Amino acid sequence: MIRMHATTLDNGLKVLIQEEHTAPLASVWCWYKVGSKDERPGLTGVSHWVEHMNFKGTTNIPRDQVKGIIEQFGGSWNGYTWIDQTTYLETATKDALDRMLFIEAERMANGLYDPEDCESERTVIISELQGGENDPDQLLDQELTATAFKAHPYRHPTIGWLPDLQSMTRDDLYSYYRRHYVPNNATLVIVGDVDTDDALQQVDRRFGRIPPGPIVSRMQTVEPEQTGERRLTIRKEGTTDYLKVAFHAPAATDGGFYPLLLLDAVLTGAKGMNLWSSFRLPPPQRSARLYRAVVERGLASQVSGSLLPTEQPFLYTVSATVTEGIGLADVESAILDELDRVRREGVTDAELVKAKAQLRARLVFDNDSVTNIAHQLGYFETIASADFFTAAPHRIAAVTTDDVASIAGGIFAPSNRTVGWFESEV
Amino acid sequence: MAQNSDSRQTSDLKLQTSRGLAPVRSVFDNGVVLLAKATHATPAVTISLAVRSGSAYDPPGAEGTTWLLSRVLDRGTHARSAADIAEELDSRGITLTIQITRHQFTIVCTCLAEDFEAVLSLLAEIVLTPSLPESEIATRKGEIITAIRQDDDNPAVRAGESLMGHLYPNGHPYGRRTKGTIEIVEGLTRQALQRQHAARFAPSELSAAIVGDVEPPRVRDIAERVFGGWRAAPTAALVLPPVHAANTRNRVVIPMPNKAQADIAYGFTAITRRDPDYYSMWLMNVAFGQYAIGGRLGDSIRERQGMAYYVSSSFDANLAEGPLAIRAGVSATNVERAIASIDEEIERLLADGLTEKELDESRRYLIGAMPRALETNTAIANFLQTSEFFGLGLDYDLQLPGHLRAVTLESAHAAARRVLSTRRATVVVAGPVSDPYVPEVS
Repeated sequence: MIRMHATTLDNGLKVLIQEEHTAPLASVWCWYKVGSKDERPGLTGVSHWVEHMNFKGTTNIPRDQVKGIIEQFGGSWNGYTWIDQTTYLETATKDALDRMLFIEAERMANGLYDPEDCESERTVIISELQGGENDPDQLLDQELTATAFKAHPYRHPTIGWLPDLQSMTRDDLYSYYRRHYVPNNATLVIVGDVDTDDALQQVDRRFGRIPPGPIVSRMQTVEPEQTGERRLTIRKEGTTDYLKVAFHAPAATDGGFYPLLLLDAVLTGAKGMNLWSSFRLPPPQRSARLYRAVVERGLASQVSGSLLPTEQPFLYTVSATVTEGIGLADVESAILDELDRVRREGVTDAELVKAKAQLRARLVFDNDSVTNIAHQLGYFETIASADFFTAAPHRIAAVTTDDVASIAGGIFAPSNRTVGWFESEV
Repeated sequence: MAQNSDSRQTSDLKLQTSRGLAPVRSVFDNGVVLLAKATHATPAVTISLAVRSGSAYDPPGAEGTTWLLSRVLDRGTHARSAADIAEELDSRGITLTIQITRHQFTIVCTCLAEDFEAVLSLLAEIVLTPSLPESEIATRKGEIITAIRQDDDNPAVRAGESLMGHLYPNGHPYGRRTKGTIEIVEGLTRQALQRQHAARFAPSELSAAIVGDVEPPRVRDIAERVFGGWRAAPTAALVLPPVHAANTRNRVVIPMPNKAQADIAYGFTAITRRDPDYYSMWLMNVAFGQYAIGGRLGDSIRERQGMAYYVSSSFDANLAEGPLAIRAGVSATNVERAIASIDEEIERLLADGLTEKELDESRRYLIGAMPRALETNTAIANFLQTSEFFGLGLDYDLQLPGHLRAVTLESAHAAARRVLSTRRATVVVAGPVSDPYVPEVS
């Protein structure tokens, strides 16, 4: 059942509203079709830095009054930037709806970008980057992605490369902001205890007069086909070894996406598809193939698979934390053996039935709050369409064992993989 | 159909707004407490089974026993193998999460409403009759030892654990590592786990919170069937050693030259959950280190000085006097500046207290956040378990705003003065620094 109402204002702003009368709350998300893949060399990390600057005051919200507007309604606010998108959210009691819309309209049109604030935020972002580098798993993931892609801008980390963060200027930030933060590049999502017609009027009042901007065509680089296995090893002081194996994978709208999502459930347990919330609940994976192959055998203390819905082909990544006293090569061999087996033999009917049941449950769990529902509508509208998300249960149900065998046979070819080791040194 | 569903939801909402959560509480003959609350937002149910058996109950010298038990408990029962349980859960898309705090051992999962009865029966079997197989113990020990090694390489964990060890010295249960040490974990036996289970798992120690798309009478029938026949003697009460606040400032440095950033943990022992100053301390802490992006601390260290991606303070009032801890991640070159800024904010708070505006904003935030904090089944189950554990009452969600409104500027200021002191702070730094904070990267 689709209860979402979709419309587009004259200035091009797409608006999605879904009434959910389960709690006296409303969640507002404003999505922009700009992420780290839209960045040119030398400006890596600009999307994320711009996101930070968009919490630093606007013409009508002075810098020192940014905090408190939503908190007065018991609300929370946040934002994130990833490879395909940048988004901002507020969730609060429903009487804060106009305040939330006011903040988002201001953010779209009237960001201040005070030079002192830009400079102060540079060190905050470098601190964020360094905090991430403290985690060997995150460091390996960053290097693995950069190795797996040769041409596509998905290769650089969303937070950016350190030299770019050290050299970027206020003008770089502001011009990027002005180019991408226009209503015809945005989707506004409202989910909660609201009346659709009333909410639409409020949206029009706050956003209707913001002029559209020139249409910015998105980066459309096609990654050339990988022709041989790639490998990297990071040797660094540490206590634990980590392994990652990445394969080029289909985009969300590609026919192979859902078969691969189910294949991942067979291999490592179903995760759902909510970038905002799915990771908070570990997958049901104790009977999954890779869990049995490496965790149950004591080779790894954990194993996981990651397939995220993206606009363009990204990666399917298997990660493992190597058990103390076990060699990286043993874990790699056990994982590659399992992947080779599924490549040759596919999955069984029983495995597919179980994977579908898991995903059906996860889709329910992923939609347990107005915040999560709003996230999903906006996220998928940004990379494909909200309708694509609402059709997910039917698409998952339609996947066959042949579909899964076909995707396994293709993506797990040795020439499509990149293997990364983090080898700890004392 | 859609209209019926929507009108049911609207009706639930009105009831909830006027009467609060109003959970149904039952106590079975054997002492099991059941808290049931129906919600209908999604066709799902959250089950939370909390046993008063946290890490504080680890035998002296056997720290990590409860943690290992938590990793093995659901790996086999007298009637089912680990593989049977894995299949049963995985086929329904369910993940069991077992959380260990100082005082509680909590099993949480969310299932589809259609699976509720089967899942609760399975969970009861796991709680009552775990088989604790030797092979599973060996495998899980390997995982825990790897996790301890990962913690050893994590500046945030190292700083946090060190702070707790210094605030709660001499073997106090709050100062011990929950996972134990590698040496202790290696030596734990199946018999030790069996003894711990027998000593702590009893019906008098269990509270079950069940929230979701199932009506309380049915919840009670099923829970009574699976838990009602459980018989085990009540367990011995835990006697916690007294907590002593530090008399002097204490600085600890944990050099980790392989890391890019330093983590600071700066803290004090605070108060118990039953302390009359609890709400004053809570509001003071929100204004000081939580409101928006880290309260006053965030304004200074992140917003004005651009020194840290994260800085905040938290406090954990518990059965004994839990900690108030300030945490920040900063570049090695900024460690001294960040600590000086924390000192400065504490001195300012001690001298002047909060402003009327800060207190009012923090109060409105906490009261206004309740509908959001109680939106999901899991959040409601956690809230009910906390209320039960501390004896706060079935109407605690309705009482809470009144407690917060009673806090005054004077009481919040007194709470700050009672706990915070730059001269008695324990300050731990872990990262690419050496004593006395000579930066290794510039």
